[in-house]
Amino acid sequence: MRDITHRIDRRSLLRRAPYALLGAATVVWLAVKASEGGSTFFQVTLNGLTFAALLFVVAAGFTLIFGLMRVVNMAHGSLYLFAGYLAFQAQESWFGVNSNLLGNSSAITVASWVVSGAFAVVVVGLVGVAMQQLFLRWNQGQDLRQALITIAISVIAADQLEAHYGGVSQSIQAPSAWPNSVSLFGTNYGFFRLVIVGGCAVAVGAMLFVIIKRTRFGMVVRAGVDDRAMVSAIGINIQLVFAGAFFIGAMLAGFAGVLGGTMLDVQPGNDSQFLLYALIVVIIGGMGSLGGAAIGALALGLVNSYADVYLSFGSTNLTNYSILLTFILVVAVLAVRPLGLFGRPA
Amino acid sequence: MSAVAQPVARSQPSPPWRLFSWGMLLALAIVCVLAPEIFSAFWLSQILTQALWLGIAALSLIFLASYGGMVSLAQVGLYGVAGFAMANLGHAVGGLALGWSPWLAVIGGIVVAVLVGLVFGAISARSYGIYFLMITLALTLIVYYFFGQVTQLGGDGGVRNVVTPGLIGNPVTHPNGLYYVALAAAAVCLFAVRYLARTPFGLSVQGIRDNPDRMRALGYNVTLHRTLAFTIGSLIAAIAGILSVWWSTQISPGDISITQAINVLIIAVIGGLYRMEGAFVGALVYSILNNYSREWTPSVGVWLGPGRFSTVLGVIFLAIVLASPGGLVGIWVSLRSRLVRRPSLAAAGAAASAAAAPTSATPEPASTPNEKGGIA
Repeated sequence: MRDITHRIDRRSLLRRAPYALLGAATVVWLAVKASEGGSTFFQVTLNGLTFAALLFVVAAGFTLIFGLMRVVNMAHGSLYLFAGYLAFQAQESWFGVNSNLLGNSSAITVASWVVSGAFAVVVVGLVGVAMQQLFLRWNQGQDLRQALITIAISVIAADQLEAHYGGVSQSIQAPSAWPNSVSLFGTNYGFFRLVIVGGCAVAVGAMLFVIIKRTRFGMVVRAGVDDRAMVSAIGINIQLVFAGAFFIGAMLAGFAGVLGGTMLDVQPGNDSQFLLYALIVVIIGGMGSLGGAAIGALALGLVNSYADVYLSFGSTNLTNYSILLTFILVVAVLAVRPLGLFGRPA
Repeated sequence: MSAVAQPVARSQPSPPWRLFSWGMLLALAIVCVLAPEIFSAFWLSQILTQALWLGIAALSLIFLASYGGMVSLAQVGLYGVAGFAMANLGHAVGGLALGWSPWLAVIGGIVVAVLVGLVFGAISARSYGIYFLMITLALTLIVYYFFGQVTQLGGDGGVRNVVTPGLIGNPVTHPNGLYYVALAAAAVCLFAVRYLARTPFGLSVQGIRDNPDRMRALGYNVTLHRTLAFTIGSLIAAIAGILSVWWSTQISPGDISITQAINVLIIAVIGGLYRMEGAFVGALVYSILNNYSREWTPSVGVWLGPGRFSTVLGVIFLAIVLASPGGLVGIWVSLRSRLVRRPSLAAAGAAASAAAAPTSATPEPASTPNEKGGIA
């Protein structure tokens, strides 16, 4: 321990001091707020954690696709929104679920949510593969061109989704058999947000971990991240692996869209909003790293929810400026680590 | 830098062709100056003036992309900062309305935008290629959400009825003043950028684009150069922002959304991402499409119709990215090379259309900014 501290020279300590101070100030500020109102603080923390869970599912797909193929999928937000609309539409036309809460007296079955959601996720996964095969496959290695192609697709998708589904905010209905809230340490909290979204994020994280660390497919993916050319040289069909990874990545965007469409809403603009979230999460965590996506999602989710509530000092209310805290978070991470917390050079 | 590539970049068209080019340029200049006499007021304001300020915004992107290898999506965020700052400092409805005189407000707006650009540049300058694109996109979105949230500075409704200087007057009833100001600004920006490329600073920025490691080894401060280039880009973007606010006499967060950031990128790509003139070609095409595509577009169910401008634009963008990364100017160069049938020029044209190589700017088409996704 002593050796290590000796090796860090003064300059780097000085450079890091502001960030340590920033972190310490944040902790003190949160501690003060926690002591002022324990249950509110708990509630706000849960808001942040459940939002982080949703962010993780969005960003995991984004970072998986980038990690393997070096494709920055700017249409990731469009896939998210498309899945939300598909699930909403399926629920409405197959199960007769009315999005108008007031006129909806009939019970919403669990099947209506699960089937619609699964349908949307699979369709969006296939759309992702089609996009990769049609437009991206023959431009491999030209990362800027691929980014421009996905931007063009996202422009078209946003306009088409608006044409087909209108500009009104919709939402997917959670099954009425599920309770509205659960009690956790004496605080009531939304069941769907906490149990379903939180549980799904943990399950997604665990599954990805197992797939990537324990299966043959994951082994090939990891090898492909390090050296694509070598993997195909030893006889593995890397194109199949790419298609598979794109399928999983797009499905994750779609899954997040279904979760987010139930937890929040489905409306135009969600695509760029969740693209921004995915970008910030992977910029913080490091492109291509799943652990980084988890850390980045937690950081962004918690900062967002604390800033929305606690950014007021006495009579001055600064909650309007909460987006600046996100900015400061990105700046602080990039200043210390230009490639993100877990980013590695390409 | 390689000996083989030199003649490609230095090749000159044959004398008659050159004369023709100069004639065309002169004709273009005359048309630009006499535009208020030639075109209707609607065309002057909605097409030409809009194309000029959008072109300046795209120019700031093309400048960074072609000389610095930095494809930045932050330009719209920066011009939004300039526009919002000017609108808040001067006389307007909504926002702070500090009541500065219009020209003072302009200076204030530009200074604020350049300072923000310096900060943004310092944040993103250590990133390259696709990382740079992502970080700058995040910055633009943060600016967008900032101005949407902060009601004191205008909020969602933005700032309206911005008072323009006497020289410009009311841009709706008297479009000529703003047109000439925009034309002068565009010309100054274009020549300044071309001049800058030949200065030692411009040359070292181009060197950093081609090989940051070698430049670092030669003793150049790579990050500082990139930061300063980005700051110069933000100055050009700020000018576009000021003009855009004068043009519409208002600014709201909707004007600087991700859609607009992508529109400016589309303009740059349509024109040709590595050619300065391309900015204005792309902006002119965009303005004409924006105003007239509603009349041309056939109705195909809900898929296509007068309201689906973004779909039309997106498809054109996709087609250009897939077919000709050099954009319209790239197509023109390769056509010209076929017309003139000069082998060296044909090679230059082919290089421009095949790999979007900045042939006019760099003597080394072999290493295009496209290829640099890596991290130094």
